[in-house]
Amino acid sequence: MRKLSWFNTLTLTLGFAFLYIPMLILILYSFNAGKLVTVWSGFSFKWYGELFQNEAFLSAAWVTLKVAVISSTFATILGTMAAYVMVRAGRFRGRTLFSGMIYAPLVMPEVITGLSLLLLFIAIGLDRGVLTIVLAHTTFSMCYVSVVVSSRLVTFDQSLEEAALDLGCTGFEAFRLVTLPIILPAVISGWLLAFTLSLDDLVIASFTSGPSSTTLPIKIFSAVRLGVTPEINALSTIMIGLVTIGVIGASLTTKRAIAKKQKDEREAI
Amino acid sequence: MSDAAKALEPVFEPWKDPSQKPLIRFENVTKRFGDFTAIDDLTINIYEKEFFALLGPSGCGKTTMMRMLGGFETPTEGSITIDGQDMSAVPPNKRAVNMMFQSYALFPHLSVADNIAFGLKRDKLPADQIAARVEEMLSLVQLNKFASRKPHQISGGQRQRVALARSLAKAPKLLLLDEPLGALDKKLRQDTQFELMDIQETTGTTFVIVTHDQEEAMTVASRIAVMDHGKIVQVDTPAKIYEEPGNIYVADFIGDVNLIKGKVVKSGNDHASISWAEGQQDLTGIAHDEIPHGTEATLAIRPEKVTISTDRPEGVTNALSGTVLDIAYLGNMSTYVIEAANGTLIKAQAANTRRISRRAITWEQQVWLSFTDTAGVVLTS
Repeated sequence: MRKLSWFNTLTLTLGFAFLYIPMLILILYSFNAGKLVTVWSGFSFKWYGELFQNEAFLSAAWVTLKVAVISSTFATILGTMAAYVMVRAGRFRGRTLFSGMIYAPLVMPEVITGLSLLLLFIAIGLDRGVLTIVLAHTTFSMCYVSVVVSSRLVTFDQSLEEAALDLGCTGFEAFRLVTLPIILPAVISGWLLAFTLSLDDLVIASFTSGPSSTTLPIKIFSAVRLGVTPEINALSTIMIGLVTIGVIGASLTTKRAIAKKQKDEREAI
Repeated sequence: MSDAAKALEPVFEPWKDPSQKPLIRFENVTKRFGDFTAIDDLTINIYEKEFFALLGPSGCGKTTMMRMLGGFETPTEGSITIDGQDMSAVPPNKRAVNMMFQSYALFPHLSVADNIAFGLKRDKLPADQIAARVEEMLSLVQLNKFASRKPHQISGGQRQRVALARSLAKAPKLLLLDEPLGALDKKLRQDTQFELMDIQETTGTTFVIVTHDQEEAMTVASRIAVMDHGKIVQVDTPAKIYEEPGNIYVADFIGDVNLIKGKVVKSGNDHASISWAEGQQDLTGIAHDEIPHGTEATLAIRPEKVTISTDRPEGVTNALSGTVLDIAYLGNMSTYVIEAANGTLIKAQAANTRRISRRAITWEQQVWLSFTDTAGVVLTS
């Protein structure tokens, strides 16, 4: 391995420090025995215990999870359909406008998305609750899914679908039996992306949630305004842990699949 | 050949028999993509059990023709019938036609056996019938050992055979092959050509193959359609296409050819003579139709039909002299480039029956070229 110059070492250290020191401090103080979040007074799991006694946090966590699973599933279905049509339809009048409109929510300020959804729900008289958060999250995360899936679809060999049709499939069967299994990794990563987006969304959720349906980010945000407790540190540490495990797990599976494929190909020759 | 032998093996020429009904009929088919005309008012019949080749340079419309047979494109004008049925409203999954794709289009997530079984499962056949048919197909292409492998776990030549087995599994009336051997190396391609012919004969399926490789078309096909700019320029057996090309385009596209330009001075009796250079003897070749005197015409003659000699040959119809400009040694034969009158370059090929050091002809030497009056054809277009 090449030895890094002092300049590169310094840049690397500063960069990683900038990224991770806040999180490290947060994790560290979740194990603090005292009540203050800035003064260290011994190691303890006390706050984790307290956290699991806190009904409000647990119910917020449950709402968040429910919303994330349902909305990311809908977003994946809609986003995949949108991507499929945009890639397959080829050239038609207004194509640029349509594809632009699919991707516009990516750059739309969240406050505006949240506000417009709120106004819509009021206009149609829909009471705010879990349903409205699910609808809102589906709306803004489906374009992310669409981006991920369409980037896979453009490299998809269209003759595979034609072969399926040629062998007797209907259009839908060709999609279900050939296209979907092949683009499945992209669809899954689209789902994961939508899931994490929903999990940590604060702005849109606070516009569309009702009194009975507080999500975890909203709960944390409002709790912090009354003062940070090590309980929140503990909660955040658990979330960081879960996300880290998820990301590492996903990248390991992909890596292993690629390695296996390469090995198989070498053996074939 | 004796009459008995002829009776045993009738020559396969359904296109010459007016009582035969064609399997595929293109009638005045035109296909346009926007302003571009891919197929231009094309009419052709293809018969059952034929191995029919569509040959032409890229962009000549051969792939479009095949895709229309598969149902992936619909004609802008005209009609296509398969087995008497009009195909314009029939989608690909309802046609008794299967296609072998240029990229093979094997389903990467399915094993070799599942790829072959794919079409059979769509027909909702019972499991034991599917298994038996898959086994039969695997034996046909000699891949039984690889049944459980995935497509990326086998070699390119094996993938090609899986694609063939998959497209044959449903026993289609018509099999379309889109540049099936393009991705294979030369040696493997030649072996596979013979394998393809065997399989075509065993299964009795009608094959339509698209290729830009004239050698491949000559090897496998019962008839070749030479295409150019959306039109069929000539349809004939490989031998006819090679020996008696209908026009200069075909003569030039298939194999190596000498084109000698001149004016017709004599015509009739299946022959025509042209005067091609002042003070030179007229050259005679085949011309089935009578050509008016004075018409501009071209004598097309294959290099291997031109005999090269150091002395003036006796008793031949066509003879001319020139100097050797170039010699290309190809091992089994040599190609000589001779500069004749008017600076016309003529190629002659001769088998190297003697060792190269004993060769009688060398550069800058004055030589004679000769050929019979049936060796070349006189073409007017």
